[in-house]
Amino acid sequence: MNYQILRYILGLILIFEAVFLLLPGLVAAIYGEPCGWWFLATAAVVVLIGFALRIKKPTNMQFHGREGLVLVSMSWILISLISAVPMTISGVVPSYIDALFEMVSGFTTTGASALTSVEHLPHAINFWRCFSNWNGGMGVIVFIMMIIPKAASNANMYLMRAESPGPSFGKLVPKLKTTARTLYLMYIGLTLIQLILLLCGGLSFFESLCIAMATAGTGGFGIRDTGFSMYSSYVQIVVTVFMFLFGVNFKFYFLLIMRKIKEAFAIEEVFWYTILFAVASILIAIDIFPIAGTIGGSLKHASFQVATVMTTTGFATMDFNAWPIFSQVLLVLLMFVGACAGSTGGGMKVSRFIIYIKSALKEMATLLHPNSVKKIKMDGKIIDHETIRSANIYLIIYVMLMAVSIIIVSLDQFDLVTTVTSVIATFNNIGPGLGAVGPAGNFHSLSILSKLVLIFDMLTGRLEIFPIVILFVRDTWKK
Amino acid sequence: MKIVIAGCGGVGGTIAEQLVQEGHAVTVIERDNKVLQNVTSRIDAMGIQGNCTSIAVQDEAGVKNADLLIAVTNHDEVNMLTCLIARKIGRCQTIARVRSPQYFNEIGYIRDELGLSMAVNPEYAAAQEMARLIQIPSALEVDSFAKGHVNMIKVEIPEGSILDQMKIMDFRSKVGDDALVCIVEHDQEVYIPNGSSVFHAGDKISVTMPIYAMNAFLTKIGIKAKSIKRVMIAGGGKLGYYLAHILLDARIQVKIVERSEERCVELSDLLPKAMIIHGEATDKQLLLEEDVESMDSVVAATDQDEENLLMALYAHKVTDAKVITRINRLSIGEVIGDLSVGSVVTPMNITAGYIIRYVRSMQNSYGSNVETLYRLVDNKVEALEFIVGENAKVMKDTLANLNIRKDVMVCCISRHKKVIRPGGQDQIQAGDSVIVVTTRPGLNGIDEILD
Repeated sequence: MNYQILRYILGLILIFEAVFLLLPGLVAAIYGEPCGWWFLATAAVVVLIGFALRIKKPTNMQFHGREGLVLVSMSWILISLISAVPMTISGVVPSYIDALFEMVSGFTTTGASALTSVEHLPHAINFWRCFSNWNGGMGVIVFIMMIIPKAASNANMYLMRAESPGPSFGKLVPKLKTTARTLYLMYIGLTLIQLILLLCGGLSFFESLCIAMATAGTGGFGIRDTGFSMYSSYVQIVVTVFMFLFGVNFKFYFLLIMRKIKEAFAIEEVFWYTILFAVASILIAIDIFPIAGTIGGSLKHASFQVATVMTTTGFATMDFNAWPIFSQVLLVLLMFVGACAGSTGGGMKVSRFIIYIKSALKEMATLLHPNSVKKIKMDGKIIDHETIRSANIYLIIYVMLMAVSIIIVSLDQFDLVTTVTSVIATFNNIGPGLGAVGPAGNFHSLSILSKLVLIFDMLTGRLEIFPIVILFVRDTWKK
Repeated sequence: MKIVIAGCGGVGGTIAEQLVQEGHAVTVIERDNKVLQNVTSRIDAMGIQGNCTSIAVQDEAGVKNADLLIAVTNHDEVNMLTCLIARKIGRCQTIARVRSPQYFNEIGYIRDELGLSMAVNPEYAAAQEMARLIQIPSALEVDSFAKGHVNMIKVEIPEGSILDQMKIMDFRSKVGDDALVCIVEHDQEVYIPNGSSVFHAGDKISVTMPIYAMNAFLTKIGIKAKSIKRVMIAGGGKLGYYLAHILLDARIQVKIVERSEERCVELSDLLPKAMIIHGEATDKQLLLEEDVESMDSVVAATDQDEENLLMALYAHKVTDAKVITRINRLSIGEVIGDLSVGSVVTPMNITAGYIIRYVRSMQNSYGSNVETLYRLVDNKVEALEFIVGENAKVMKDTLANLNIRKDVMVCCISRHKKVIRPGGQDQIQAGDSVIVVTTRPGLNGIDEILD
């Protein structure tokens, strides 16, 4: 492990974090809120530490996959720890653990809240929560990468690979920096379109901006205690459409922009994601028809809820705790599937499921024809053995970590549904679960231990397990 | 620039790495996924897996919008076909690696008909460099400029030379007007000398001078010039063949030691004037029997780096012949610096140099083309030759009054076949070919030497 370069690049990330902290300070200045000073104070301290870490240039510039994984997870932990500080010292969120839970939930785009009421929070804090959703959605480090030149010889590549979700990492264009820039440009473009559409729906600029950022990152922080139930149908439908759009692999948009329409629609993952979304929406719409009353209403609520769960956003128009069990089970299962790889959504990703199902089918074919030779393909290309193996191991560790988390959270003595879905909803970065942590409730009543476990789960889920897990392997830290 | 490289084995990988370093957007096409993964995890290039002669694959790699396609797979035919297709579907320029002697003899026709911008032949280029080394055996490296009128040679200052402890300001008065020292390697340090630099015995210096002045210069600094009449080449592959061909044309006796009997028969057909020996180049008995001790030069040019090294070490021990060693893996270069293996020639590096020169010329909009580019001392130093265009800013004033960068040295100006050793009063004119040496790699045009 090359500690020098870790220190050096972490310093840079802190400087960027300080710049981010200025944004809520600006919002506070507009609304005349005193908590803004604490954001500025934190930013000042962070920028000093950042520059201090960068005083001495490392003599050893070696940077490999190991450093990439460690640096990404350490940056995410550090950024969350720092972001929570101004919330607590300004007295808005008295418990630091709650503030940390809130910010980890924000940056990992989970959207689970440990606060009982968000409507009365200062604008600056609400902006900061939604901004963390937006920033965490495409990736904090991807953002930094599109601005800075190379940090070290190969650092950027290893960093981007460690941060971007999905079973394998593909570039859009030859240069990494251009790839990062292209991704963010598309991201900003889509966010702006949504912002304009929300403004057309009659919402205030601040509210539209917060909703747009929380949707774009598929985060799910809202600034109303009542969730989305009070918004007009127009706003609900706009948000449904955009949640769905942000859950699509961004390669799809890139190909559209490059006018490779045929290739864009040939991406298998996007196809199955759409099918899954449509089928689940229709099934749930039929199931909740008695509650919703009208065909339009049940379709609207069903598609909103399916989109919010599949893309792991976590908004709610209705309390689905009150829905029939069939719908509830379907939603919980969709929580595992998640969105597309290369999108801002979390979960296990549709592409991993495609790999699992294809491997299972292949295994059955091999039982029937022991000598047959068949390779698993996706988008017309052979998936190499490494990718399949790593997807399988991902599943194993995923299940194990989830089981351990459920056991620890169960010490809190909640009912089974609350205990299990709180872990599922945080690990997959969705937000609300069922029971006490459902759309109408929140994570406030959990014990500190459970909150810490869920914080770990959120980070592990967002960074796709391996970067966080290797922090606990002793070999990682050897010089 | 957008560059697509087809095939990323040794040469492809090296070129991709160096082009990425120069800031180009590089896409590589490779059939073998493992090789591809290896390259794309090492460098910032995009990888496309597939057959580079397929239109769909080329399309995916973005050949339509690319500026340049470089085909360097193992097969000449694949390279030529890849370039042909790329020309048809895109507007890019193309470079193909063509190694086989049959094709290379007809390269002019092939180039025109397939619309190739350039054909590179690493083995032939290496053979040319080796031949230059054999013609000037006292030099560790010989690089030629101005269509061969000017050479830059690298020599080690021998003990007792007049250069030992000499200050560079005395160089002109004591050694002569023709030569100019451009690079000094002292211990691990590499620098462009200034007035107060001092030479030491054992330093390696690179000197530019016109061809005719070379022998006088070498005698003056105490290096005995000798002429080479008998050369032994170990390894009769493409490189061995090309080298033997060039040497035989210069009426030098050639003995080739080749392991494969079949290849020996082929060689004896192709090179009737050479003596072909069938046997192992590392077999001491065989070498002694074939009189290795009396050779003027021994070239270790098999495909295996290890064998070449062993052979070179042995030859160095038993003879005082000029030893030249072919090394394929660039990473070995650092390790063998201290071994007595004579001059080292790396075909891959020469090819990469050619291609980078071409890319820089394409990129340069000033109209002052990079004519020649040599990357020296582990790529820490570059020697470039520019043809000065009509609008170049460097023609404004005399060299003394131009604000030339500190890490750049103008070594030579060649004007209408006349070679000028530049002084402060000289002024660059349009059409001149100017040679500069710099420790800051990446110059694209002559005007970039100005601060």
